[in-house]
Parts: sequence; structure tokens; C-alpha cells
Amino acid sequence: MKNYKKLLGIGSLLIAGLILIAADHIDAPAVQGGTSDITDFYAFQGEGNNSIVFAANVQGLLSPSSTSSAEFDENVLIEFNIDNTGDNVEDLVIQAIPRDGVMYFFGPVAPNSTGLNSTILADNTMQGSVDITSYGGNAIVGTNAGLSYFAGPRDDPFFFDFAQYSAIIGGTATSFNNPGSDTFAGTNVMSIIVEVPKSMIGNSGTINTWVESKRKQ
Amino acid sequence: MKTIKNILAVVLITGMLFNCSNDDDMPTGPTGPNFTGTFAQQDQMGRPAVNTVFVSSSSKDDFNITVPSNQNAAFQAMFQANLEALSPAYANPGDMNALGLDSAAFTGLLATDVLNVSLDGTTTFFDGTNVLTGRALADDVITVELLLIFGGEDFTENPGLSNDNVDANDKPFLSSFPYLAAPW
Repeated sequence: MKNYKKLLGIGSLLIAGLILIAADHIDAPAVQGGTSDITDFYAFQGEGNNSIVFAANVQGLLSPSSTSSAEFDENVLIEFNIDNTGDNVEDLVIQAIPRDGVMYFFGPVAPNSTGLNSTILADNTMQGSVDITSYGGNAIVGTNAGLSYFAGPRDDPFFFDFAQYSAIIGGTATSFNNPGSDTFAGTNVMSIIVEVPKSMIGNSGTINTWVESKRKQ
Repeated sequence: MKTIKNILAVVLITGMLFNCSNDDDMPTGPTGPNFTGTFAQQDQMGRPAVNTVFVSSSSKDDFNITVPSNQNAAFQAMFQANLEALSPAYANPGDMNALGLDSAAFTGLLATDVLNVSLDGTTTFFDGTNVLTGRALADDVITVELLLIFGGEDFTENPGLSNDNVDANDKPFLSSFPYLAAPW
């Protein structure tokens, strides 16, 4: 069984190296496999229906043995962008960046400027922090002003028979298998999760949202 | 915070007025974490798998550093060409997916890579009723995308390509914060 798992692991690595991977795991050469590589983004209604949860995952395909040494990068800012005026330009951002074992959060607040370059909105009064949960430890949850914060390793919530998709795209298979095989089973990611009252981001209607990773220059 | 800044400013000015020859008495500033500097974009993501599936290899980095409001103008034509290469039926005039979108309309929606999220109720990528009102952890987003790419007008075309037959995560999600399951 171990050998089989090893073979599978090598197979997955080969595939990951050859073909770009979904959902956003290893999506582009400049970020592939690095600390700023976003693997996934989720936004959904929180428990109680009065809040929205934003979850960003980075550093995909961590094996359990490599998860304990995985760390957030102090030079990488994760920024959740919220457009609540329908023009696909961010009106509010929530920023997250680690310092010495603590993840600091700023916002939701209007950014100093929109677009590709950001400064951290550390002077904003809407801020909070949470100790980064260590591998094997119970999830540490920070709260402030109605917001909840988490940062640390989690099971990768993404599921997809990516290996078979790659075989189809590569021309060596013509259809998916039934049942399929989850290429992301048993792997972890580093997650940043923040739950925000709806009243802070628009109350009603539809928002457009996306997540960015930005590296200190 | 503003008050603290004002106090600091006063201290600074006072220091300069009365003690300008002795730097040792100058305030050294906040001792907390340093959040200064400019941070430049490297990666971005709205909907799942968009960059992976619809952007050509040589343009993937470029897509990640194009602001969403400019993505449609820069990438919609590429999305449409790649969609029609992947699922040739889309090249036929009038061919649509189950959302009633033809090749141009579907890629016009996808090229602006933002996730639409409703603040008024159910948040899901697609649950049979609600369409693009968010992305919940348990949403089978890949099968939804495969159906919209390969499944034709009524989700019945290309059944072998329209479902990867992996319908759920390998761990159950939590009902309360932080919602994502503990690591393996």
C-alpha cells in the first residue's frame, strides 16, 4: 500500500509539473508552487446567514509530512477585493499578512488606491489578528467587532479527478472514470479565512469579489 | 490611532524645538510589527479553474496581473478560441450551453474573473436553482464547469466529459467557523 501511495504521489507530481492544475493551483509560471500561489477562493454565507465567509488557500498539494513546516510568507499580502458598485473595481479590501506567528487583518475598508499595487492599511481602525494555528493544533479563532479570523493549515477543500482530466486533454483517454479519483485527496493547503457581517460590505444585492496575492517590493 | 499620531507629532516637534542636538531623546516610533512598503500583485482568482482552463499557457502570468475591469477587453477573444477548441460544438452558430449562453456570451461572462456573491440568500456556484450566487465549500464546481463546457443545451451531451464523478470532498466540512476541515 505504501509503495502504491508513493507511485501515486510521484504520478501526481509529474502531472503537476507537466500540466497546469485546477482550480487555481499552480496556475501560472511566475507563482507556481511558491508562497504567493493562490490555490482556491471561496465566498459563501456564514452560519446564521448574516455574514459572508471569505476563504483563500495558498501553497497547494502539501503532503501531511510537509504541512508541519509550511509557513505563510511575511512578504506576501493576501487581499480580498470587494466590488459593491458593479464595475469590477474594488470598493473595499480585507488585507491579511503574517508577522511572527500572528496573522493580522485590516478592513473591510476602502483601499488607498485600486489596482495592482497596495499599501497595508495599518492606520485603519477596523483591524484584528489571530495566532496562526500550528499543524496538529486545534483551530485558533480570533474575533473582533463581529468579524472572525483564522489562519493555518487545513485540508484542501477542492476535489477533482485532475489526473483523468489531464489524460483526456493529453489525448490518452476519451472520458472520465466512474467512480473518479480525487487527485487532491489527502493533501493540505494554508488557509486564510475571515467571516464578515454583511452590513460591513453592502447589506444586500450582489457583490463581485476576488482574491489577490501581492509581494513586498 | 489618529490621536496617537497627533501626540507623536507634538512630541516630535517638541523634541526638535527643545532638544535638537540630542537624538537619544527622540521617540523611536512604534515598536509593533512593520507594515510599511508597497506590495505588487502576483496572483489573483475569482471563479475556479478559469485561468487554468481558458487562458493560453503564454498568457497565464499576464492574466494574473490584469485588473478584472480590463480582463474582458484583453482576454475574451482568447477565451472564446480556447473554448471552441476544447468543445468544438460551440463553434457551430447558435450552439449554447444550459444557461442559454453561446460561445461569445459564455466567455464574455468568464473573462472577467470575479466571483459574484449574493448578500440576500443562498450562496452557491450552482445548485440546480441558483446560478453564480457564490461558491460554497461543497459545491461541485468542476462538474458544473464541465457541464457548461461539454454538456450542451440540456446537460445531456458528452456524458463522458461532463462529470468527473468526484462529487464531494475527502473530509466533511464544519458547520461553523472556520468551516474548512482540519488538515490530514
